[in-house]
Amino acid sequence: MSILSGVRRHDGRLGDSITRPDGTAKVQGSFMFSGDLEAEHCLWGATLRSPHPHARIISIDLSAAWKISGVEAIITAEDVPGQLTYGLISQDQPVFASEVVRYVGEPIAAVAADHPETCRRALQAIVVVYEVLEPLTDPERALDGSHPPIHPDGNLIRHQRIVSGDITATGDVVVEGTYVIGMQDQAFLGLEAALAMPGPGGAGVDLYVATQWLHEDQKQIAACLGLAPEQVRLTLGGVGGAFGAREDISLQVHTCLLALRTGRPVRIQYSREESFLGHVHRHPATIWMRHHATADGHIVKIEARMVFDGGAYASTSSAVLINGVTHTQGPYKCANALVDGYAVRTNNLPCGAMRGFGVVQACFAHEGQMDRLAAACGLDPVEIRLRNAMETGDKLITGQPILNVAPVARCIRETAALPLPDEPVGGHDHDPMRLPGGAGRTADRRHIRRGIGFAVSIKNLMYSEGFDDYATARCRLADGVATLKFATAEVGQGFITIAGQIARSVLGVDDVLLDPIDTDVGSAGSTSASRQTWMSGGAVNAVCMKVRGLMFDSLAAIYGVDASTLSIEGRDIVDATGVFRITVVDATAGLSFDETVEFRHAPTEDLDENGQGNCHTAFAFVAHRAVVDVDPELGLVKVIQVATAQDVGRALNPLSVIGQIEGGIAQGLGLAVMEEIIMSNGRVRNPSFTDYLLPTFLDMPDVVISLIEEPDPIAPLGAKGVGEPPTVSSTPAIVAAIRDAIGKHIDRVPVRPIDIIG
Amino acid sequence: MPVLVPTSLDQAVSMLSATPDALVLAGGTDAMVEVNAGHRKPHHVLVVNRVAELRSWTFDPEASTVRIGSAVTYAELMEPPIADLVPALAEASRTVGSPQIRHAGTLGGNLGTCSPAGDGLPVLAALDAIVHLASATGERSMPIGEFMVGVKRNARRPDELITAVTVPVVSGYQGYSKVGVRNAMVIALATACIVVDTPGRTVRLAIGSVGTTIIRCTDAEAFAASAVDFDSGTASGDTVTRFGELAAAASRPIDDHRATADYRRHAIGVMAGRLLRRGFANV
Amino acid sequence: MSDPTVPDPTVPEPTGSVGFDELYQLNVNGETRDVRDAWVGESLLYVLRERLGLMGSKGACEQGECGSCSVMVDGELVCSCLVMAASAIDQPIVTIEGVAPIGSPSDVQQAFVDAGAVQCGFCTPGLIMATHALLERSAEPSEFEIREELSGNVCRCTGYGRIIEAVQRVSVSRRADAESGIAS
Repeated sequence: MSILSGVRRHDGRLGDSITRPDGTAKVQGSFMFSGDLEAEHCLWGATLRSPHPHARIISIDLSAAWKISGVEAIITAEDVPGQLTYGLISQDQPVFASEVVRYVGEPIAAVAADHPETCRRALQAIVVVYEVLEPLTDPERALDGSHPPIHPDGNLIRHQRIVSGDITATGDVVVEGTYVIGMQDQAFLGLEAALAMPGPGGAGVDLYVATQWLHEDQKQIAACLGLAPEQVRLTLGGVGGAFGAREDISLQVHTCLLALRTGRPVRIQYSREESFLGHVHRHPATIWMRHHATADGHIVKIEARMVFDGGAYASTSSAVLINGVTHTQGPYKCANALVDGYAVRTNNLPCGAMRGFGVVQACFAHEGQMDRLAAACGLDPVEIRLRNAMETGDKLITGQPILNVAPVARCIRETAALPLPDEPVGGHDHDPMRLPGGAGRTADRRHIRRGIGFAVSIKNLMYSEGFDDYATARCRLADGVATLKFATAEVGQGFITIAGQIARSVLGVDDVLLDPIDTDVGSAGSTSASRQTWMSGGAVNAVCMKVRGLMFDSLAAIYGVDASTLSIEGRDIVDATGVFRITVVDATAGLSFDETVEFRHAPTEDLDENGQGNCHTAFAFVAHRAVVDVDPELGLVKVIQVATAQDVGRALNPLSVIGQIEGGIAQGLGLAVMEEIIMSNGRVRNPSFTDYLLPTFLDMPDVVISLIEEPDPIAPLGAKGVGEPPTVSSTPAIVAAIRDAIGKHIDRVPVRPIDIIG
Repeated sequence: MPVLVPTSLDQAVSMLSATPDALVLAGGTDAMVEVNAGHRKPHHVLVVNRVAELRSWTFDPEASTVRIGSAVTYAELMEPPIADLVPALAEASRTVGSPQIRHAGTLGGNLGTCSPAGDGLPVLAALDAIVHLASATGERSMPIGEFMVGVKRNARRPDELITAVTVPVVSGYQGYSKVGVRNAMVIALATACIVVDTPGRTVRLAIGSVGTTIIRCTDAEAFAASAVDFDSGTASGDTVTRFGELAAAASRPIDDHRATADYRRHAIGVMAGRLLRRGFANV
Repeated sequence: MSDPTVPDPTVPEPTGSVGFDELYQLNVNGETRDVRDAWVGESLLYVLRERLGLMGSKGACEQGECGSCSVMVDGELVCSCLVMAASAIDQPIVTIEGVAPIGSPSDVQQAFVDAGAVQCGFCTPGLIMATHALLERSAEPSEFEIREELSGNVCRCTGYGRIIEAVQRVSVSRRADAESGIAS
């Protein structure tokens, strides 16, 4: 008998920790990721990239590359048939640079050939003559006008001010700090990969790609190819993680162009170095904040200035900025504020979406401020947060009321009450690997100091600022089997698991089939902004409800029962009296119901010039407590435990929620102590997993979790998005713990050894 | 066949003499990184990790030395009894990459690559290891200090194979320390290996990742030999501090994206002092 | 696991077309497989995936820094991206496809599914290989041993907690199986 049989049996309804439908294929290696897709007579594609952060292209000579045996196509900007640029919010990024390159790694040409090594040699044979220009790499220089515009759209991507309440208000206690957040990479493991196949008879192109948003890709690709959107058919290739990095397109247009040019299937698969250069990153930011508070620690006013480095192209910088400035106060009551935020253009790597989307940066600053405030007021870090904790009905500094369930105080109290680690420094077995420094045996137990830190956050869910945010789902119910169709990108988060749970719960079926995820159905919006459980979950719920209504109507017609009295009970349909009862399988025998629904959340508004407006949809809250061991002399850190109580609304699949929480914390830990793309003068110094360090099994501690389940009446299933909050405040909690251990301020992440010893 | 897989040393050296441009491949954990990145395009490859003579280590109780074949892996060096004979090498091996890397990577590969960040090299340097080379024309041996020439440069001729190293079994504390900013699988920012020879009344210290090649801290060694009490196995706090300062002074680090030179120098001082303290109790 | 930022001064500049003229056999999952028209520099990972159609092993770093490509060569867990394919002749190679038949997952594979150790799944085949190797060597590893032995396998989604849970479940269940086998 296996221990596994001791696990409670589930029938796959909402609230059950059922396993992933793709789990078996993934553990057996038979799940097809986008990089695993092949086709007959398939060519390999590869991309030539700029070695310079800023240069004028004088000439491109392809002749030597064409002479290499096995090369089938070489394309440059001249070969782009449609729109020459693309972008999520503004179309400012060239498919291929033609006159100017604006960052290291910007695509200039692409080749298709018979083997990756042939591609590599062809790229090496392309001769590009550049006139190197001075790169703009300091965001402040983008702001002060001391560097000429590096793009026709200028060096300022967006400025947003927030003016709230009485900006002349002052407090008894004033604390300020300047916080620096380094450039983090999403570092999904499944590298960018796509397979493009020319349509039969030259009719458009079929693209299999790992992405977060099929329809947005489709729109941008079609524009660049000069095709109608329906001529560009997208199917989701298996996605090996995303975390925001697949929201912008990268290789999509290149792959399609090569396939259309050669008339053959083409695969492109990025290397890890290319991946670092080829997708957007988390914005590096510098944030100054000044908090005014009463002597007993109540926030009176916040002043802030935020500068987000957007890199060479706009991507989602303007939306990231808005998230940053509108989350200045954190999950705390605050009436008065003056905030200025800037997103600027530089010749650094383009930045855009990453888990937490602007809020990570703001949270690192406001939580550093809360600790400063606690110290200035002589309060415990937990106490100061409780005193200021936001509640439902409170207003943000944008004037927007919080309509959600807002259990901030509960998150704080429950986190603080979770057990601390029972093991002493170095563990019970004294294995030196348990100390900071790990296998390097750099420390003995007496060198180590332990610290505890606390942080809390608020994170908006879904899209903001008036965006028409919707998700589409289709449901067919026939012979007791529900078939769902949606274009929701499954990137690992587990939407396909809960989609089935929703359908089973609403329809009383056991068997739910999932159609391929492609553009043959309406858009589901992006798998980002913690939105798919709410949005695509809402759409699946709505369409299943609609189908259920049709099923009840048909029963009413056949059996003469009142459809309005019918409900689902397990696998049966029953009426209010309990007299009528029929299984769903029997009720749908020989019948078929087929509906499609678009689900929208309540509309949002733009911010006005003073940053006022109901720009966000909904919010989730979380608290984190970190315990760290620090070697103050060498500046090395080992995180021992992270405890968290998270406002999840309702855990539709607790196992899945735990996975999101633990995984999100791991990324927050990475930003706290090791992850940074290091750039100097526009060049990336560490584009590899040898030098861009991700947390390993030995870096990630035990996580102690309390799920706070207060179903949100605004949410279609009571469930809030759970993906981003774990990443937002785990970072400042860990940094606070390091500060606690060594007794000094550290205001930048990742925390480097020199920041600790310096 | 451009990939040669000899199983005996005679075969291996004669193949290499016929194709001296061959890429000598042991565990592949360094060379394949360069091949995958397109930095190295091999035409001929000589695979040495199935040469029987290179795969084993032997203990000579008479000479009190261990001869370690160049194709012995880090995973093997972590296991007793060799881990007990040369404990610092076992400690260094445990810091190499990941379990996967330690199963493939070899001590000979570490010598062949000769990176200043090579984890095994400070141990070999502190032990005054002798490196053995063989070619079709004969064998030669040289001290590790002569073998290591510079960053990724060594004294091996293209027609030679690294066959083994010989290290002494030393009576006294020996230990290895490595600073990296991750708790596993990390390239060294700075490394240090101490070897205390109690009967010989010497303390040896080698440091890595802080110069073009591994550095022996001779000033620190001379100071320690006179300042520690070998009989009682103790050292004063001042001795530990001074030892660390002399070690740091011997380092020649550079600034790069992984760490500043100042941090590396500082780390050497801290590690050296702590290693000495592990070998000698506080007075 | 080499330092890619320090160029090797002895490496000549590559030029010209690639020579696809290698022919050799590999022993993969108990079968002898021909590899034809190969380039000498191809890694075992590339050959498994692109020449032998065994797509289960994944590549994410090309440097031995992620473990996604882990396979067994001659009984040892290694990164197939760092094995030159042609050097692995005459050595038994076991890949994720050789662990268990499709549809009949091994106990380790099933435990990964059940414990929620899989999200995007890209690291999973490598972790399955590493876990089987770990439990072969150490039937009842401590949590810390699990962490060290699997530290060469990076996962970006899970934060590792559910993976450790999965490994522990297998360990406990194998012991229970062994004990009930003794009892009966």
